[in-house]
Amino acid sequence: MSARQRHLKLDLAAGRVELSHGAGGRAMAQLIAEVFHQALDNEWLRRGNDQSAFDVAAGRMVMTTDGYVISPLFFPGGDIGSLAVHGTINDVAMAGARPLYLSASFIIEEGFRLADLKKIADSMGRAAREAGVPVITGDTKVVERGKADGVFISTAGVGVLPHGLDLSADKARPGDKVLLSGSLGDHGVAVMSRRQNLAFETTIQSDSAALHGLVGEMVAVAGAGLRVMRDPTRGGLAATLNELAQQSCVGFRIDEDGLPIKPQVAAACELLGIDPLYVANEGKLIAIVAPEHTDAALAAMRAHPLGREAAIIGEVVEDEHRFVQMTTAFGGGRIVDWLAGDQLPRIC
Amino acid sequence: MCLAIPAEVIELLPDQMARVSVDGVGKLVSVALLDELAIGDYVVLHVGFALTRIDPEEARRTLALLGQLGAEVLA
Amino acid sequence: MKYVDEYRDGKLARGVAAAIARDSDPARNYALMEFCGGHTHAISRYGLEDLLPGNVRMVHGPGCPVCVLPVGRIDMALQLAAKPNVTLCCYGDLMRVPGSRGNSLLRAKAAGADIRMVYSTLDALVIAEAEPSRDVVFFAIGFETTTPPTALSIRLALKRDLGNFSVFCNHVLTPSAIERILACDSDGVRIDGFVGPAHVSTVIGTAPFRRFAQDFAKPVVVAGFEPLDVMQAILMLIRQVNDGRHEVENQYIRAVTEHGNRIAQAEVADIFELRENFEWRGLGQLPDSALRLKDAYAGFDAERRFALDDISASDNPACECGAILRGVKRPAECRLFGTVCTPETPMGSCMVSSEGACAAHWSYGRFRDHARRKTA
Ligand code: SF4
Repeated sequence: MSARQRHLKLDLAAGRVELSHGAGGRAMAQLIAEVFHQALDNEWLRRGNDQSAFDVAAGRMVMTTDGYVISPLFFPGGDIGSLAVHGTINDVAMAGARPLYLSASFIIEEGFRLADLKKIADSMGRAAREAGVPVITGDTKVVERGKADGVFISTAGVGVLPHGLDLSADKARPGDKVLLSGSLGDHGVAVMSRRQNLAFETTIQSDSAALHGLVGEMVAVAGAGLRVMRDPTRGGLAATLNELAQQSCVGFRIDEDGLPIKPQVAAACELLGIDPLYVANEGKLIAIVAPEHTDAALAAMRAHPLGREAAIIGEVVEDEHRFVQMTTAFGGGRIVDWLAGDQLPRIC
Repeated sequence: MCLAIPAEVIELLPDQMARVSVDGVGKLVSVALLDELAIGDYVVLHVGFALTRIDPEEARRTLALLGQLGAEVLA
Repeated sequence: MKYVDEYRDGKLARGVAAAIARDSDPARNYALMEFCGGHTHAISRYGLEDLLPGNVRMVHGPGCPVCVLPVGRIDMALQLAAKPNVTLCCYGDLMRVPGSRGNSLLRAKAAGADIRMVYSTLDALVIAEAEPSRDVVFFAIGFETTTPPTALSIRLALKRDLGNFSVFCNHVLTPSAIERILACDSDGVRIDGFVGPAHVSTVIGTAPFRRFAQDFAKPVVVAGFEPLDVMQAILMLIRQVNDGRHEVENQYIRAVTEHGNRIAQAEVADIFELRENFEWRGLGQLPDSALRLKDAYAGFDAERRFALDDISASDNPACECGAILRGVKRPAECRLFGTVCTPETPMGSCMVSSEGACAAHWSYGRFRDHARRKTA
């Protein structure tokens, strides 16, 4: 490559990521400038340091880290870029905290299309701007073809927790109510609809969304009554409730009739022989709330666009066995157990 | 068991294939095991194959019977 | 969902439950076997036990093709998958089923074998077409319901000249299993009637069950897999028992006819023939209970093509599946239940698929054991 060519712009239409893009030289600087800084632009990144400094507001700090590996990288309603922003923000927000800043580190497979990388970075930038939570530091590595699956993103998020709030998974008490912010299974079904050998046609979109706005409203009116919040991602509602039951040494009783599930999600689950209670969500939260604060919390949720379909789906009960029990729509009872392994589509 | 669900035929395609809808979820399936299929028919779908047609009249009758049972006893 | 939601209506269920309570004779017990895992699943998933009187007991039968597949056949599949040029395609259900020494297809895949989960035989054909240099083997399991799709895949492979496609055939026949259970009836709990298979019957029809109703004097009601279907079938069986009748009745009349799907039967008859013997997990060797490819299609038969030898491997001797399938024991009465044997680490056939009696009880119903103990 001649010196002159190096000053050419990246070929974002047909170009591919090469090992040189991660080698620390000019190519890497160009990739960072033309793809990442362009997409994620803010005052911190513009300074071009290996770290960013910021002032800390009053309160306790909250920090989280997360990794994103998803196949396919683009799915109806989002992609790995927006998902990484939303997921990290939500992990901070579930503490009741206000998310402030994110970091993002990209591990890219040699040969990955630059156009796709740009799409992902742009979508990440858009999600961060919409949420008002900037990505203020980042990193890029390129690995040989076959050593990664397109692109992996790992993130960190920091936020600040107002004094007096202390949500925790061991705080659910018998009598507390279980609130769910909206319909179950949208994300998992949207992603599965694009998997090879499973493909089906659906208009369902991933529910991927940043929930800190919704959480802020809930904290404002029912802060003292919030015991714990979780976003039921992998393993769905079932996994989350079972975890909370373990950590708080309680049981749950939920009502199948009260669970919001979209008809197409229910249909796709029937088709694949899986249970929507175990399917992932990326824009929903479960809140365990003290009974006297339930009405206020529910009203605040329903007043927010991401909680319009919020519902009380059950309550915390005393149970030495820590079962999550469900009254079925049919009138009988069953357990909602931990998932055994991964949920695989089945024929019987 | 054999997991199978009712699906509506919405398009007949070449090679004995059809597009079906399960409450709005679309899927391409084989209809090679059935003859004289029409759009709007409901079939029982198993591993990507339509196994049998659902008889709407019999379905209605079964439901009516189920309703009647309750009405009799609970009246 | 049309033809689904209506049959899951809780209000109608209360009506049928009331009718069952009214018609069942409190002076006697009813032991009814649902043959199919689909019914077992509906009973557990919807908590039907809570809607039945105490003297009506459901015995969970062996009707799940994954559960009855013997360990040896999984071992054979693992051998196939270990061959460097083989791409093994299978339904998702099989991925976790344990073979010998705790190995499974999921583990073999992690260790590098080319194993792909498919939704349909058609997907396996697509793979064979797209990757002509690979030997694509479809790991076929299932009852009469799932056999016609396998038969069609062989016909299509022939038509498209896909010489790299073959089938590892494990298709089994329900009537033989029902017969074995009836023949064992003397040493087990007396079973008063059968809920007959739903989707198997869409293919074979209700006619084959007539033999059981007559020879063994047992009522059979072929029923759909929705919870109201099962409830109605239970009511129909109770009425037959009360009247001393033993007929084949059809509750799933919206999808099942007397003679079934003739096109599907013809496809199967053209490609497959009976095996003299086949091992069923939990039931042992059953004569005329399984299918293999006819000589004319030997090229598509993975067992011949790769010269596979039969492997037989045995289950944990403490496993009580046999007794559970005959209705003599309940899952919680097995020593291994919930301790060594759970859905993560199944020891016997009844724990293998979510439809097996032990797995269904563990995943959906075990809270009742604790409730029972408390009230006792
Ligand atoms: S619990 Fe496990 S070992 Fe015991 S009978 Fe059931 S499957 Fe067999």
